[in-house]
Amino acid sequence: MESIFSLVLAKANYAAYIILMMIGLYAMIAKNNLIKKIVGMSIFQTAVILFYVSIGCKKGATIPILRHHGHPEPVGHAAENAGAHAMDAAHGAEKVVAHAVDAAHNAVHVADYINPLPHVLMLTAIVVGVATLGVALALAIRVYNTYGTLEEDEINQQLRSG
Amino acid sequence: MTRHLPALIIVIPLLSALVTSGSGWFNQKAPFRIAVSALLLSLLCAVLMLIQVVTTGIAMEYRMAGWAGPMGIVYVIDHLSAIVLVVITSVSCLNLVAQRKNIHAEFKDKQGAFNALYVLFTAGLIGMTATGDAFNLYVLLEIVSLSGYALIGLGNTRAPLATLNYLFLGTIGATFYLLGVGYLYIATGTLNMAELTTMIPKLMDSGVILFAFIICVTGLFVKMALFPVHGWLPDAYSQATPAAAGLIAPLTTKVTVYILIRICMTVFTPEYTFDHLDISGFIVLVAVVTIVFGSLSALAQKNVKKMLTYIIIAEVGYMVGGFFLGNRLGISGAILHIINDAAMTLALFLAAGIFIWKTGGESRSDLKGLFAKMPFTMAGFVLAALSVVGVPPTCGFFSKWYLISGGVQAGNYLFVAALIFSSLVNAVLFFRLFEIAYFEPFGEDEDHAHGHGNSHGSHHHVGALAIKEAPLDMLVPFLAACMALIVLGLYSGTIITNIIQFAIPTGVI
Repeated sequence: MESIFSLVLAKANYAAYIILMMIGLYAMIAKNNLIKKIVGMSIFQTAVILFYVSIGCKKGATIPILRHHGHPEPVGHAAENAGAHAMDAAHGAEKVVAHAVDAAHNAVHVADYINPLPHVLMLTAIVVGVATLGVALALAIRVYNTYGTLEEDEINQQLRSG
Repeated sequence: MTRHLPALIIVIPLLSALVTSGSGWFNQKAPFRIAVSALLLSLLCAVLMLIQVVTTGIAMEYRMAGWAGPMGIVYVIDHLSAIVLVVITSVSCLNLVAQRKNIHAEFKDKQGAFNALYVLFTAGLIGMTATGDAFNLYVLLEIVSLSGYALIGLGNTRAPLATLNYLFLGTIGATFYLLGVGYLYIATGTLNMAELTTMIPKLMDSGVILFAFIICVTGLFVKMALFPVHGWLPDAYSQATPAAAGLIAPLTTKVTVYILIRICMTVFTPEYTFDHLDISGFIVLVAVVTIVFGSLSALAQKNVKKMLTYIIIAEVGYMVGGFFLGNRLGISGAILHIINDAAMTLALFLAAGIFIWKTGGESRSDLKGLFAKMPFTMAGFVLAALSVVGVPPTCGFFSKWYLISGGVQAGNYLFVAALIFSSLVNAVLFFRLFEIAYFEPFGEDEDHAHGHGNSHGSHHHVGALAIKEAPLDMLVPFLAACMALIVLGLYSGTIITNIIQFAIPTGVI
């Protein structure tokens, strides 16, 4: 029993997403009000977003923007940029050497960065979720205009009687 | 130029969908013209790609924005996706041309919106078929679903509720698929289908992969309306307008079956799906239940459109069952049936569209005496019905033949029995319609109306005289679809040896 508990605790994110998902699924299946069903659908989709976001996370890691990009000192960027055109040609060769040295110095440690891909994917999934929610609400309005109610049992009653 | 075909086939309809919706404000006829020309261009791209793939024998790969391999999104056109692309674009094009009058009558000032959704739906299906990236597939699946919800929701007054139920189940299905892709990504670190194929064999015993497989396939089963989760389909499809039903009914379930085949064969290898997992027998059993249930429910329907939707459910059972037989004959039959069933369903729904256009009713009894009034339409309808029943030389016979041979080879006689049972039920279904349409005289209550009073009587009389053969621009695409049934039947051997044979991995016997 204790081992199950610690297992769940160690993977709390997965437990959370499954609980959220089941709440959403329950609302979609069991609720009588169409808007509550739509809310359930939204929770259901959000649960998967939570799952994806959590698989991309890592303790002690940072966002994947390289802190070192070839310049030993971050000071004087602006000045450097202003004169970059003139300097670029002259220092071309020099820069290549600097880069090589830099690469050895500041080699990118993959472990320092989180994986951005799942998060990027979720941007798309969020957009999809919003669009689905919009279409669902629009349909709910049309249902309400037709039947004058959003309760499923009342709608079914109307359908049976007429 | 040919290098860019895999991108053009989706970019053309996607961009023209944007233009179409705006053009309706300036010109009533513009949306239809733009939509048809975009779909024709896509059809051209699809045919050119099919020819190239068949002649060279190599799959085409297109790197979106030049990003290669696992990092970027690739579109892959192999034998299987090339033939499915041709099916999608030609069905979509034929249906749009055939339904011009319907669309005009039903969406007077909203033609721009309808045509835009129509083209967007087709673009989504094309993308789903062509993409080589598991997550991109999800996005396109949702594009198809969302435009499909809107298309169906534009139907009669009952349509919004049916669509809402479809939306709930569709979202569950798509979200399950997304979750499965997430687990695949955890296990492999890639979303590229080609790279997944190389990684799955090393991970066969992984529980994560097993979970990913189950949840992906379950999601797809919801989307294709396999037996326990079929409830949304009949309501949604029968409430849609004829123009939307003629697009969605032939294509959605078929493309979803294609995705199932793609996921099971290309992503999870056939070794994993058929040999490593011991679930094929169970899924064939579910397919058998789907076939029997779909056929029996179709028998109980008085509404012609609703009857056709239950036939669609039974046909989904054919394809899923045939695929999970796991042998070359069964899979060939399933793939051939994707093509044939798309053509058959298109022909049936176009016929239903003509009946509704002409008689205004959807019930069985509205077909009375139509053989005498509309001989060409009814000839086409008989041809489509015979194809669904499976009479040679129509295409329905050949795919059923492959499916039954596959069942015999696998020793799964339950599946064979279900197929034969379903064919018999289909024969009963359609001959019942023929009987009404051939023997019962048109407008039986005509005399009755005469007795009542002149105003009523003359109204009926005018109705009776007015019904003649369908207008040419409906009839010609419909008869073209019916001709396709025979052509597909006669050339099914060629399709099998030149295309489908290469679509199945050599490991499958």
